[in-house]
Amino acid sequence: MKDVNAIELRNISKRFGKVVANDRINLSVRSGEILAILGENGSGKTTLMNMISGIYYPDEGQIFVQGEEVSIRSPKDAFPLGIGMIHQHFKLVDVLTAAENIVLGLSGPTKLDITAVATRISKLAHKYGFEIDPFKKVYEMSVSEKQTVEIVKMLYRGANILILDEPTAVLTPQETDSLFAVLRNMRDAGNAIIIITHKLNEVLALSDRVAVLHKGKYIGTVETSEATVESLTEMMVGKKVTLNIDRPDPVNPELRLNVKDVTCVNKEGVITLNHASFTAFGGEILGIAGVAGSGQKELLESIAGLTPKESGEIDYYPPNQPMQEISKMSAVEISRLGIKLSFVPEDRLGMGLVGPMDMVDNMMIRSYKKGGFFWADRRAPKTLAERIISELEVSTPGVSTPVGKLSGGNVQKVLVGREISSAPIVLMVAYPVRGLDINSSYTIYRLLNEQKKRGVAVLCVGEDLDVLLALCDRILVLCDGKVTGIVDARTATKEQIGLLMTHTGKGGAR
Amino acid sequence: MAGNNHGVREPLLHISKREDCGLLRACLVRLAAIALALVVCAGVIYSLTGLNPIQVYAGIIDGAVGSNRRLWVTIRDTLALLLVAVAITPAFRMRFWNVGGEGQVLVGAAATAAVMINLGGSVPTWLLFLLMILAAIVAGMIWGVLPALFKAGWNTNETLFTLMMNYVATQLVAFCIVYWENPAGSNSVGIINSSDKVGWLPPLFGLTYGWNLVMVLIITVFMYVYLRYSKQGYEIAYVGQSVNTARYAGINVKTVIVRTMAISGALCGLAGFILVSGAGHTVSTTLAGGRGFTAIVVAWLSKLNTFTMIVVSFLLTFMAKGAIQIASQFSLNENASEIITGIILFFVLGCEFFINYRVSFRHRRKED
Repeated sequence: MKDVNAIELRNISKRFGKVVANDRINLSVRSGEILAILGENGSGKTTLMNMISGIYYPDEGQIFVQGEEVSIRSPKDAFPLGIGMIHQHFKLVDVLTAAENIVLGLSGPTKLDITAVATRISKLAHKYGFEIDPFKKVYEMSVSEKQTVEIVKMLYRGANILILDEPTAVLTPQETDSLFAVLRNMRDAGNAIIIITHKLNEVLALSDRVAVLHKGKYIGTVETSEATVESLTEMMVGKKVTLNIDRPDPVNPELRLNVKDVTCVNKEGVITLNHASFTAFGGEILGIAGVAGSGQKELLESIAGLTPKESGEIDYYPPNQPMQEISKMSAVEISRLGIKLSFVPEDRLGMGLVGPMDMVDNMMIRSYKKGGFFWADRRAPKTLAERIISELEVSTPGVSTPVGKLSGGNVQKVLVGREISSAPIVLMVAYPVRGLDINSSYTIYRLLNEQKKRGVAVLCVGEDLDVLLALCDRILVLCDGKVTGIVDARTATKEQIGLLMTHTGKGGAR
Repeated sequence: MAGNNHGVREPLLHISKREDCGLLRACLVRLAAIALALVVCAGVIYSLTGLNPIQVYAGIIDGAVGSNRRLWVTIRDTLALLLVAVAITPAFRMRFWNVGGEGQVLVGAAATAAVMINLGGSVPTWLLFLLMILAAIVAGMIWGVLPALFKAGWNTNETLFTLMMNYVATQLVAFCIVYWENPAGSNSVGIINSSDKVGWLPPLFGLTYGWNLVMVLIITVFMYVYLRYSKQGYEIAYVGQSVNTARYAGINVKTVIVRTMAISGALCGLAGFILVSGAGHTVSTTLAGGRGFTAIVVAWLSKLNTFTMIVVSFLLTFMAKGAIQIASQFSLNENASEIITGIILFFVLGCEFFINYRVSFRHRRKED
């Protein structure tokens, strides 16, 4: 089995117009192996995988599956070859159950025997260590459960070559661990697994070999056992980078926000934020940690006036001006009063930016109201867009390219750049580096630190505890909508925060 | 040629997105599409009817622009269709599916007629026109704002709501006709003020439909500017693209929905005014004549660009007028022209694909 590669790519190239996404890539993965494909945003990882799974067709080059040359023109051709891809964005029908989603689109007898399907699913789950309820509806599932359904769907169809595109981007640390355990089981059963990622520690923890791409070119493949974080970074970025996050001491912190006893209830009547109280100071970064869905979103949105509050008070202290209570104001009023509350939401292209619109129009979301009654000013936003492109090194053909066409890192640069440009007093960011590569992530950390030095009160919701511990001054921990603790990031440990994250979890029926 | 499914053969056709087609090239592609469409139409006409296609084309042209009068009727109807298309554009830009243009036009027309019939002769002419326009605008606005209020307040489905409002408008006009019958028992309104022409839009610059032309063109230009360069235009675009982003940007989404539908409805009402005062001088349940729906086709074919709408609404009206002519001249069914329109639209829309994508044939592979 060792002699024949499950998949081998020879001199694969793909161009989009003038852009060369993949330039003569050579790659192979064996059965019973986990291959990690590492590269920055826009280095061509996803394009390459899309060619294996039949979404794109290569301009040049050959693909071999189990030693035989194949032509994969559509995902329909990929299935019989045993190739299954799990995309970043799940392709499931919300109102159907897991089992129904798994058999959807498969041919079979006219009468569907869903219990037999469920039994087969349970067998697969048992074999590899999944946890899956075949009869649970997709809309009731958490992100990691949905991902499980996607993986089982591929296995059910007989896939033995699995491609996962950034599978951990949406998972908590615990969920990531259990996913890795499953992937290892699948490898040991003789499957070939390709995982696209740019999280180095995951690469080191999971993979057998690592293939590195840089700007569409194939750099090389190394044995994971011989690689280190530093060596991989150098291959990936093309130069040596220091991986230390700067943390200047807060200078003269002043009270900016005082959140008292805020409670939020969502449309289903579930308490999402439970008597949360805290303060935020100018010149410091307050980290917000918690398992996904512990109330982070509601906390930020309630300050921004986008989520109605059940009770509680939020006071805002502008510099050299009297305190203003903003808890009763709507987002419209907060923005009309000119309260400098910048907010980088989690859902960048669904809320912070408008994907089909160009950069100028997206800059105007914040500025179009300025000036006279009728005309909207396009000149200032255009200048701002050009400034952001040059200062933050956004790679885009120009200001008139729709932002939805940019890569994830560039989208985030555009959004953060715009939010910072309005000289905020309080800057709230949610998962600012989610899905970003190392270079872009460090750009974002640098920007946040610059704002901190300007005296801005920065609130940062994060998922990577290592980063929060290195970047923030204090860390607020949420669990089930409750603030379970606020710790000093300079002295706290990961274990301490981990405990606080699950502190009130026991027995707490939601 | 056909390769087996898992063979190593490349697919025959290769489709890739074009970077930028260039204006000249795009125009040439479109012209080629129209030429091709005419050739295909010729084939269809000849094979189905045995008629000389050139004569049929000549008949269409003759029917649409063959005489001064026909030309101006075509222009008049183009303007009416254009105004409705421009009127519903802000709603569609907001992704508010206003399929109630028909009803909004109709109530505008009814309001105009009501003022003409009841106040004609008793108030000065300028005041009469002012009241007619105001009544038309207010009526159309009410028809537009009602669904918007429900959409903003309770998130009702605007497509169903606006559609249903059409039927209410039709019934309302049917009810009014009972009161305005002239002559009695005819079950129609007849030509309003046919003797003294009070409330009829007068000629402008010696042109019978001069006022129609000026009003519609001004509104077309204004709408273009309003949607692309004004603050409110941006608010409409943000709400249309993503309600979440609009809320995040501090836009009062409900206000924008209601305000935009007020504008949309008001302009549809104005189209009703023009149809009554500037064209037919009468009102009936079928006055809107499907324009509210055809306008949706016009708006989307023009990608919501109001200047393109001038061309598209002219093309559609031209074909409709030509249809009537060839129907009588060659004793053909009017559907014959619709087939021709359909074929032309198919080619014109289809050519957009070739403007956006490049199709290349399988390239030669190394011989092995």
